[in-house]
Amino acid sequence: MRQLRQDNQEVFRTELQVTPLLRKGAQWLPFVLLLALLGVLPLNAQSQDEAFLATIGELRSAEFNAKEMIVERLTQAGHSSTRAVLMAFLEDRLFYRKDDTKVVIVKTTEGNPPELELIDPVSLKAAGSLAADQLTKIGTNNGLRRFIRTTVARFGLGNPDPSVRLDAVGDMMKSLDENTVAMLRERAAVETDGAVKKAIGAGIALYSLDSADAEEKLKSINTLRGSLSSDVRNRLALFLEKSPDGAFVEPDARVRDAAQVVITRIDRWRTFYSGIETLFFGLSLGSVLVLVAIGLAITFGVMGVINMAHGELMMIGAYTTYVVQTQMPNSIGLSILVSIPVAFLVTALAGIIIERTIIRFLYGRPLETLLATFGLSLILQQVVRSIFSALNREVKTPDFMSGTLQFNEALSLTYNRLYIVVFTLVVFAILLAVLKRTRLGLDIRAVAQNRAMARAMGIRSEWVDAMTFGLGSGIAGVAGVALSQLTNVGPNLGQSYIIDSFMVVVFGGVGNLWGALVGGMSMGIVNKLLEPYSGAVLAKILVLVFLILFIQRRPRGLFPQTGRSAENS
Amino acid sequence: MELRRSPWILGGDRRASAGFLGTLMLVAIIVPLLNRAVPETSALHLSPYALTLVGKYMCYAMLALAVDLIWGYCGILSLGHAAFFSLGGYAMGMYLMRQIGPRGVYGDPILPDFMVFLNWKQLPWFWYGFNHFLFAMLMMVLVPAALAWVFGWLAFRSRVTGVYFSIITQALSYALMLAFFRNDMGFGGNNGFTDFKDILGFDLKSDATRVGLLVATAIALAGSYIACRAIVNSRAGRVMRAIRDAESRTRFLGYPVESFKLWVFVFSAVIAGIAGALYVPQVGIINPSEFAPINSIEVVIWVAVGGRGTLYGAATGAVLVNYAKTYFTSALPEVWLYALGALFVLVTIFLPRGVVGLLPKRKEH
Repeated sequence: MRQLRQDNQEVFRTELQVTPLLRKGAQWLPFVLLLALLGVLPLNAQSQDEAFLATIGELRSAEFNAKEMIVERLTQAGHSSTRAVLMAFLEDRLFYRKDDTKVVIVKTTEGNPPELELIDPVSLKAAGSLAADQLTKIGTNNGLRRFIRTTVARFGLGNPDPSVRLDAVGDMMKSLDENTVAMLRERAAVETDGAVKKAIGAGIALYSLDSADAEEKLKSINTLRGSLSSDVRNRLALFLEKSPDGAFVEPDARVRDAAQVVITRIDRWRTFYSGIETLFFGLSLGSVLVLVAIGLAITFGVMGVINMAHGELMMIGAYTTYVVQTQMPNSIGLSILVSIPVAFLVTALAGIIIERTIIRFLYGRPLETLLATFGLSLILQQVVRSIFSALNREVKTPDFMSGTLQFNEALSLTYNRLYIVVFTLVVFAILLAVLKRTRLGLDIRAVAQNRAMARAMGIRSEWVDAMTFGLGSGIAGVAGVALSQLTNVGPNLGQSYIIDSFMVVVFGGVGNLWGALVGGMSMGIVNKLLEPYSGAVLAKILVLVFLILFIQRRPRGLFPQTGRSAENS
Repeated sequence: MELRRSPWILGGDRRASAGFLGTLMLVAIIVPLLNRAVPETSALHLSPYALTLVGKYMCYAMLALAVDLIWGYCGILSLGHAAFFSLGGYAMGMYLMRQIGPRGVYGDPILPDFMVFLNWKQLPWFWYGFNHFLFAMLMMVLVPAALAWVFGWLAFRSRVTGVYFSIITQALSYALMLAFFRNDMGFGGNNGFTDFKDILGFDLKSDATRVGLLVATAIALAGSYIACRAIVNSRAGRVMRAIRDAESRTRFLGYPVESFKLWVFVFSAVIAGIAGALYVPQVGIINPSEFAPINSIEVVIWVAVGGRGTLYGAATGAVLVNYAKTYFTSALPEVWLYALGALFVLVTIFLPRGVVGLLPKRKEH
């Protein structure tokens, strides 16, 4: 029955839209037909992306009713980014660049920033930023927006993935009307997923709050009692408002009281969950810091070598991921897993070569190593520019890392952040195990503590140096794999992290892995805790100032090295 | 040699110092002559571009001197000297912005263009006084000095040394860069200051002013050199070297290590500030990227390439590396980073005393 009605709608709409198109001029028709044909053919991912991009490209110049048809086609083609693009379109965030007319999504236009952050419509990854006057908005009107809203909702509700359905219900709750509620009721009948079913129930209840009957309202409020949604909260808040003459909008005191109770509850829980979310953001930022710093904690901490090329080793790790991925384009998820050992080996080897050819001549002169490795970092950057060009390379995110883990309406954690935290802890644990439980680790610690004595005991300190540097560099490569999932992979990737990683090591205390862990995590959390009050840039400045002051109090970091070796450094 | 009392201010490396100051004087005379007296058609005529370039190199040489004074003689490796340089530059920039007056794009007699653009109604308090050159000049010296004093006092008092000190100076510079990028700091955000019109009533675009600035820079460079040389040759200079070579021992001998380090750090910051102030009118722009930590590292590299602990070597290194940079970035942009990178690696490994270490050294005693 539902199927039937949808089919009916389709036929109806096609007729409606083709007529004005035909009137506009026949030159459109072959193009449209061609695209329709393309949509039918079985396509691989690459050309599906291209077709998707071509279709949204048509939006640039189309008339409003032609745009409706393009939207319809987009939902039929079912590309994974369709929803995001349509939502952006709906929220006036779909633009195209003036120079190359490429369609892009703008992250936010709130507050009219001079530079807009761009998102690629196909991969949904960040795509740099551009001045606002370099972009042209793809316009909508009321009718089109209504159309997109229902189309998106229908597209979302029919999706086999329950999390997509849940998102769709969430979007629909922002603008409920008879149409959408009818759609929700329809879906409720066949919905199997518990969470989606609950959300649909909330949506229907939210709609029936508008009914005139007080009992009906009370019943709906009762249904919404467990909700955490801000839409529910805002709707309920309307009950408590007063009209200009001082009387409550809602005459029934029972309804007002019930609404008040639910609002208080929602507010309390939302504050709690946003606290958890901030903490989680802090942890994930901290994990990135720890990941970029523990390699350095080894080379800088254990060996006393200031390796300015550490960032470039991370860059090599990220590019290794890119190369591995181009070798196995059909299994993105596997390619990331393969990249981890490959990147480790590649950068560890690079590190050993660096140690053997440059650093071993400079032991005992830490400031000179700084200069030499800085020179090396310039060379490595240029090598990458020569091989891969100066442009950023795109590393795809595997499916299991995209999306969010939805706990409830107030708390959702993105998988990529979650994986970063886990990944960091695993890398840390392995590194710790290597240092504490293996023969190599024993040798490394022995040489770090007292080189002369270690040599006297028969440890080949030169070999240990090379291995230590290789280990630290390998960890940098592994960090690079993780960074390839978080930022742009380009020649400047390393530079943007090198200062942060030095800060972490100095904060935590040189030569101490635990210091790096605690230091990085706490810097990340403090940063994210400050951000809501001060803004991102000021938060970072405050963290740096705090760090400078902290070093005054504890010149050797959180966990200072003790004993004889501390005096020599 | 270290213990021999030097009767002359320039003592110690007297020959090299004379050579350096002589070369500087020649440059300050010949370069303006080639620009002003030689007709434009002649092959020997120096373009205004080259003139500015020479001035720029001399500012860099001053900055290198400042770094060499503390690194080469006192063992303090600062990776934040670009911050003092930029602060001096910003002080000069503020004066130059106020000089534009009503000639800006928006024609506001008091507010610089970027403030009008940001819809500010009033000049922020910290901009008062910058319309007077003397006040601005005072600030070019005082602001870097004050920052260096506070920072140094905190750091040296807690005995933050070596690598730790380097890294927190880097943090300082980085934090300042981020702060100056903010529009609401009142320093023009990421565009900084530019479009300067004139200095002390002289048109910045005219060759005569450029020559004047070049000569002023040469004098400042010579002055800084003599001052640094006087310091390192004084008794205080010997204490500095003692601190560099054995800090704890110097402390146990009863010298107030912290105050020696603090004052030489402040003095070095002042030189860097003056260099920045002279740099801005010549290049015509100052923006927050001048604070970038990488700039500070580059300065250290000039010093290392030239030869640390010699002063003239540092200045020579600054000029050499920057000349190479200018040449390669236009002629062989692909090769430049390879060449620069290789230069650093090779110099640190094979020429620990820098380029001037190659010069034949006559034993002085």
